[in-house]
Amino acid sequence: MSNLRSIITYLVLIIFGFTMVVPFLWMLATSLMTQSEFNKQETLFIPKEEYHVWNSPEGTKRVLMVTPKGDNSVIHVLDKDLNIIEEYKEVPSSEVEIVRKKPSFQFSNYIKAFKKVPFGLYFATLYVSFTSLIGVLITSMLAAYAFARMEFKGRDFLFYLFLSMMMVPQPIYMISSYVLLDKLNWLDTYNALIVPWIANIFTIFLFRQHFKSLPKELFDAAAIDGCSTFGMLWRIIMPLSKPVIATASIFSLITSWNSFMWPLVMINRPELRVLQVGLSYFNQEASTQTTLLMAASTFSILPVLVLFFLAQKQIIASTAKTGMKE
Amino acid sequence: MKPEWKLSPYLYILPALIILVAFRLIPIVMSFIISFYDWSIQGTGRFIGLENYATMLKDPVFWQSMLNTFWLVIIQVPATIVFSLLFAVLLNRIKLFKSFFRIIYFMPYVTSLVAVSIVWKLIFNEQTGLANTFLGYIGISPQAWLSESRGIFYLIFSSIGIELPKALHGPSQALFGIIIMTVWKSLGYNTIIYLAGLQNISKDYYEAAEIDGASKGKQFWHITVPLISPTTFYVLIMTTIVSFQTFAQIYLMTDKGGPLNTTKLVVYYIYEKGFDLLEMGYASAVALALFVLILALTIFQKRVEKHVNY
Repeated sequence: MSNLRSIITYLVLIIFGFTMVVPFLWMLATSLMTQSEFNKQETLFIPKEEYHVWNSPEGTKRVLMVTPKGDNSVIHVLDKDLNIIEEYKEVPSSEVEIVRKKPSFQFSNYIKAFKKVPFGLYFATLYVSFTSLIGVLITSMLAAYAFARMEFKGRDFLFYLFLSMMMVPQPIYMISSYVLLDKLNWLDTYNALIVPWIANIFTIFLFRQHFKSLPKELFDAAAIDGCSTFGMLWRIIMPLSKPVIATASIFSLITSWNSFMWPLVMINRPELRVLQVGLSYFNQEASTQTTLLMAASTFSILPVLVLFFLAQKQIIASTAKTGMKE
Repeated sequence: MKPEWKLSPYLYILPALIILVAFRLIPIVMSFIISFYDWSIQGTGRFIGLENYATMLKDPVFWQSMLNTFWLVIIQVPATIVFSLLFAVLLNRIKLFKSFFRIIYFMPYVTSLVAVSIVWKLIFNEQTGLANTFLGYIGISPQAWLSESRGIFYLIFSSIGIELPKALHGPSQALFGIIIMTVWKSLGYNTIIYLAGLQNISKDYYEAAEIDGASKGKQFWHITVPLISPTTFYVLIMTTIVSFQTFAQIYLMTDKGGPLNTTKLVVYYIYEKGFDLLEMGYASAVALALFVLILALTIFQKRVEKHVNY
């Protein structure tokens, strides 16, 4: 009975687990196919290659099969670079054969995709993500320190003010932010992507929880030794907060890396685009070049996936924490 | 407390506060003001009072976008709750490969919406998409998915010979595809939240129920469901707020909210009006309407939560 139950449990988990990964596997597989292979839809996950060759008296040549005609076949003869050099040639069918290669990966798709969605976007996105991260860490540390370890008038009010401002959905103030950033002459600069996002309630919240949990005795002892308020943050809290800083950093990096609507609106010059926006333009321009599109998508998610696999424990654990009631 | 702390707390908060006031509070107030103006990019616009709001109430596309958003929320939120609770319960049961499954389920959540939308657009492609390939395996004819404007309930029921009244046709199949993809993307996050909630429920309840001879199903309905309800409310509120903001999927997977505006969600409409057609005043009015709606729903859900929870 309990054996049957656990078999069913695993079965359901595996089936749905497949639906979770299949889109990724398909994306990867498609990114390694030739476009004609994808269009034929014979292969789903393991790219293979199929072509005809003609064993002519002068040697074997790549050909394109046009149509069979009695005992003969009509073919186009190709050169080494797959250009047609002889059209509609009729040869005996016995001299034409199919070559199947499996697997056959078109890594060149990635090189072509990099030309369409320039690699430079990677650096722009990294720059924006890391600069925002530094800002977020500084503002959040300072604010969380005050919220967690100081008593002052209006503390709870300010905290809830922060919380409620952060809860306002982005689309609500998108247009007015555009107008504001326009007035500041910040449109089409990375300031527009960085400065509005260097205060983050999630990080403040995460830090505050952690700072609160540190033992009071530590601070009392430091105060007796004549440590200043700021010194405590620097010398006591910081060294004890490395894991939580790492977690907050990962979240901040992933969020900036993935952000889309804001940079789409605030940046118009193609050379300043970030990766996600560049990818979305490529999606509009190249909807028929499926394999290149999938290659570009794959390399756009790669850094985040690597980061996720390296830090999945912390990421999942702190996600679980954010859902808990205080 | 030492006297030197009197001013310094505010200094510590100041950097975050400045950013928040400058880039949250001021824009929120501004968007309220702009909604009373005929505002395009150049100049400061012309004050027109409530005209934008009057236009909005008479705008069929606005109402269509609201209806689309309503369908999205009303299907996506319960689906997310049911599936993520199911997976959390299953994951909570197993011992082997637990973290393996957690990673797999969480993966879509960390990947960018842009890449994922592009992939799912291809998955839903009528000729070459994976969705129709799989439907083919179970003997269902290929569907048009993202280019199908007819309602999903209509399509399902008419295939078994039942004609539904127009009001029950449901979201278009195109929008339904987007709902599937969005649920897929956010499932892992909510599963993890539920899993944490489940681990907080004391084993004693289940042991006591076991002694009383309650079946597993009874235990689920009478112990798990009520005791997990704080998490359910969290998931409910967060998923609702996030669902209302759906944008990237529409931008990337559909042709400007088509076919026939059936995937035009309200945030996409704000974007289109504000940044494609440069009617920023009007777009701000729609944004404000959305804000009021989300706020009202959140407050309503919080009220209900107070009544239901212990």
